[in-house]
Amino acid sequence: MIQFSDEKLKEVQRIIGFYPEGKQKSAVLPVLHLAQQEFGGWLSVATMDYVASLLQIEPIEVYEVATFFSMYNLKPVGKYMFEVCQTGPCMLNGSDNIIKYIGEKLGIKPGETSADGLFTLKTVECMAACGYAPMMQLGKHYREHLTKEKVDAIIDECRKNAELNN
Amino acid sequence: MGSKLLLDKVHIENIRSYDVYRREGGYRSVEKAIRSMNPVAVMEEVKKSGLRGRGGAGFPTGMKWSFLAKPEGVPRYLVCNADESEPGTFKDRYLMEFIPHLLIEGLIVSSYAIGSNRTYIYIRGEFKWIIDILEQAITEAKNNGWLGKNILGSGFDCEIYVHSGAGAYICGEETALLESLEGKRGNPRIKPPFPAVRGLWDCPTVVNNVETIAAVVPIINDGGDNYAKIGTGKSTGTKLISSCGNIKKPGVYEIEMSISVEEFIYSDEYCGGIANGRRLKACIPGGSSVPILPANLLLKTAKGDSRMMTYESLADGGFQSGSMMGSGGFIVLDEDQCVVRHTYTLARFYRHESCGQCSPCREGTGWMEKILLNIENGKGKMSDIDLLWDIQRKIEGNTICPLGDAAAWPVAAAIRHFRDEFEWHITNPDDAQRRNYGLANYAEPLKVVAV
Repeated sequence: MIQFSDEKLKEVQRIIGFYPEGKQKSAVLPVLHLAQQEFGGWLSVATMDYVASLLQIEPIEVYEVATFFSMYNLKPVGKYMFEVCQTGPCMLNGSDNIIKYIGEKLGIKPGETSADGLFTLKTVECMAACGYAPMMQLGKHYREHLTKEKVDAIIDECRKNAELNN
Repeated sequence: MGSKLLLDKVHIENIRSYDVYRREGGYRSVEKAIRSMNPVAVMEEVKKSGLRGRGGAGFPTGMKWSFLAKPEGVPRYLVCNADESEPGTFKDRYLMEFIPHLLIEGLIVSSYAIGSNRTYIYIRGEFKWIIDILEQAITEAKNNGWLGKNILGSGFDCEIYVHSGAGAYICGEETALLESLEGKRGNPRIKPPFPAVRGLWDCPTVVNNVETIAAVVPIINDGGDNYAKIGTGKSTGTKLISSCGNIKKPGVYEIEMSISVEEFIYSDEYCGGIANGRRLKACIPGGSSVPILPANLLLKTAKGDSRMMTYESLADGGFQSGSMMGSGGFIVLDEDQCVVRHTYTLARFYRHESCGQCSPCREGTGWMEKILLNIENGKGKMSDIDLLWDIQRKIEGNTICPLGDAAAWPVAAAIRHFRDEFEWHITNPDDAQRRNYGLANYAEPLKVVAV
């Protein structure tokens, strides 16, 4: 059963309050972010339908948006998603090698999830971190000035966190 | 050391907090505007300053505000464009992350000028931690009486809300941004009507970039005339330049628009020169959409004058031999970089970001990406170069929004100035896999190659 906690429902109401009465459709992006975060890191059809019901809009209005924006995952992803930038300025600073290294280290290609379900590697386009390249987004934050050593440390950190949370 | 108007206080400890920001003179412009000026006077001051939109287009801000329709009984909106996504550009992020109250202060003054009681910051969704920083700043501002009902007893009400995008470059285009803010796909609208007449929820709307809004603060504090004294010609005031690529000191620099490109790249005050003892090959001075220039044309115009960091000088020579200030995303390529590969990554970017509404852009960006990848991988044909040229010509000017132009220009400029490097990839496919073309003659004294 897909259902936000009371606390998250309050957050949904707070977001809807940003917009004039009757314009609650505007809340679809922020509420989809919240839903993706709460329901396993991706948006199933059931999750999208739930968001539609909360905002009193048609499910198709949610699908239209969810399929347009690249931050929404429409299939399951690993617990830790490495979103590595590959656009020009990062490329000039070696992002191709970083992406290759992460792929080899985790045994996956961009777009794939590791067999243990822990890691997804995703290549993304410019994240506005060009001066701190190469970089990736991991959860809420950016990891910048990536090197092979930093990648090793980040993977270790994720593995440790996963063990702690089990 | 040039004057700094936006980042002068950014290094003060805890400037992110309200108390420190206020102690350092923050929110004076709100007091001055609301207590001693009417909205028209605020707008006049911005007009006098000569401030031009800092998002990329460079349109005069005061004029944009003056186009706003004011029908009775219809709300007006100010929307701040914080969707910073142009490759090479990371200045707004810096400003919001480290001195968020400057943006909030600018938004309150601008909202007062425009008559917006409900103002939105549309921020790219990836900046998740900055959303928290901005919401904290808004709460602090509200708790101290700068937002909410009847601000400073003036009768003016204003709220600011942060709205998160979700990963789409196109939403930096103002009408796509408004569609997205209405909860729809980010498909740009046909203009006219312009947002100033029919914008958010069909109401008159002004959309301004983060840096533009922040610049309103020093303009109101010190007066538009004083702001206009800084800089050169129609490039008044200071500009944030985010520099990246192969330079010693990448980062965000606030410059007076009166220094030369050469000083910006080589001076220790700014980029500190090219990294790792390499030489300068090429540069995209204003974000990935603007034309790439080889070193010789970057440092000097075709007429042989020093090229300056101003709107006019960067554009000197048009697209034949010049570029644009754009968003101020300054991307530097050293002699070891491959222009074909770099252009390919940009073409891939625009293919990924095309919204798909207009066929020339939806199809053309994909074709350009594929052809460039073939050339880069040693599978190109000589006729591919002319084919690329033909495709970009057919995209430019044939789409609803400027993304088509933005996708066409980098390809056009790469071919215009680096055609020999493309040809070398095609005639030496094996070599091209092993090494880069190098500096060639791009750093030699001027030789204008016209296509």
